[in-house]
Amino acid sequence: MKVTIDGHELEVEPGTTILQAARMMGGESVPPAMCYYSKLKGSGGKCRACLVEVSKGSEADPRPMPKLMASCVTGVMDGMEVKSITSEKVLDARKSVTEFLLINHPLDCPVCDQAGECDLQNLSFKHGKSQTRYIEEKRTFEPEDIGDKIQLHMNRCILCYRCVMTADQLTDERVHGVVNRGDHSQISTCISKAIDNEFSGNMIDVCPVGALTDKTFRFKSRVWFNKPFNAHRNCPTCSGKTTVWMFGNEIQRVTARKDVYHEVEEFICNSCRFDHKEVSDWTIEGPRKFEKDSVINQNNYTRPLIPVTIQTEDHILKGREEDRKKISMKDIPLTPKNS
Amino acid sequence: MSLDTVSLSGRKKEVVNNKMNFWESLYLIAIAKGLWITLGHLFTRKVTIKYPEQVRPVSPIYRGQHLLKRDEQGRENCTACGLCALSCPAEAITMKAAERKPGEEHLYREEKYAEIYEINMLRCIFCGLCEEACPKDAIYLTLSKKFVKAASDREDFIYGKDRLVMPLEMAIANTKTN
Repeated sequence: MKVTIDGHELEVEPGTTILQAARMMGGESVPPAMCYYSKLKGSGGKCRACLVEVSKGSEADPRPMPKLMASCVTGVMDGMEVKSITSEKVLDARKSVTEFLLINHPLDCPVCDQAGECDLQNLSFKHGKSQTRYIEEKRTFEPEDIGDKIQLHMNRCILCYRCVMTADQLTDERVHGVVNRGDHSQISTCISKAIDNEFSGNMIDVCPVGALTDKTFRFKSRVWFNKPFNAHRNCPTCSGKTTVWMFGNEIQRVTARKDVYHEVEEFICNSCRFDHKEVSDWTIEGPRKFEKDSVINQNNYTRPLIPVTIQTEDHILKGREEDRKKISMKDIPLTPKNS
Repeated sequence: MSLDTVSLSGRKKEVVNNKMNFWESLYLIAIAKGLWITLGHLFTRKVTIKYPEQVRPVSPIYRGQHLLKRDEQGRENCTACGLCALSCPAEAITMKAAERKPGEEHLYREEKYAEIYEINMLRCIFCGLCEEACPKDAIYLTLSKKFVKAASDREDFIYGKDRLVMPLEMAIANTKTN
């Protein structure tokens, strides 16, 4: 089937959605997606961030679709013409959707551990306004403890249902879901049951905002101060292919590898994610690269550092032994022991 | 007329290398002239001040020592988001975050705060980018009206929270005016 997105023609299989077709093409035309997740069945159609204009329905019925369509759940028809960033209406709609998503969002990015790799942050940076028109009080929830490994911040949640689908599809026993309705909807473990499934940690990676974060990494560092490396280990339950986030010689966090659309390449198990934080547990493959404008590139270490040694000027370059002491952050040793 | 004889600036003086006469070789007139100039300087405006006792007025936007602000309730504004350290071109700022415990709500404004916050004043170039980056209105270079003083030990230039956080008296004074 032939589909035209922003003037670019491409051939796709029947049953492909507009979003998938746009992702095949890549580039600027790919609509942002907050709730759609290609690895999760039934995801999408909730956040409306991926709205596109269908200016020609199909070859058989060339009328344009009357409203903007959610590209993640709209199938491609033969001869369809789609406008994504070339349409003024779409950009306007994205701006409004961003504003809606941020209505109840606490905007506590300086505190949030997701800052720097947050999809909502990226969306609002690209499509958001820098001021708010909302004067009412934001909806807040009582903080709830859902286990010792995962931190739930319900105030930050945008109700994308990704985590619920992860729990449904990856684990054999669903232990958490959405309770209440409408404005009061809330992600929660039913009857405060702790999440102890082997794959429950993937909810952290799947969450597009900072609603579900790693409790073992809580407030330890910021994302951009860590150096992410691709690493793997022999894991009996999962593929063992992960990204480890290091600070010095300390592994502060382990996550799954995420692709260009911030979707997990392979789901990893909880023991990889939470229990193996020794450097000796992992075979480190090399630095992980991120998109060009990501803040994670702040410490660019992807090229190997070759230190120049001048033997004769050892004292001049490095100073005397007694001057080489650590004067900053005295209480924290240079090579911290992993707990 | 050639260029040698024309004075373009109007201050051209012909230099002569004549031999001095007797009175000139005594230098009496020249010394008296010099002393007169010196005497005249006693009555002109002084350009220096007596520094430690007297302090020159500082421009309101002068960037001096950093100050970690407290809000009007005396709580620390800083949440250790790391944006100042990220923006710092000299990499002078380091910090360690900690979680606020129940009962510390009067000390820290957000649920995360900086347990350790250090600025290496040897590295700092006082560019003010940390102030610009701060999303919480916490760090200011213009408010303390203090200079970073010289010291003889390198350790003395690592300013921790004890020297950077706004003194409580200053926070109390701020609440009264509000």
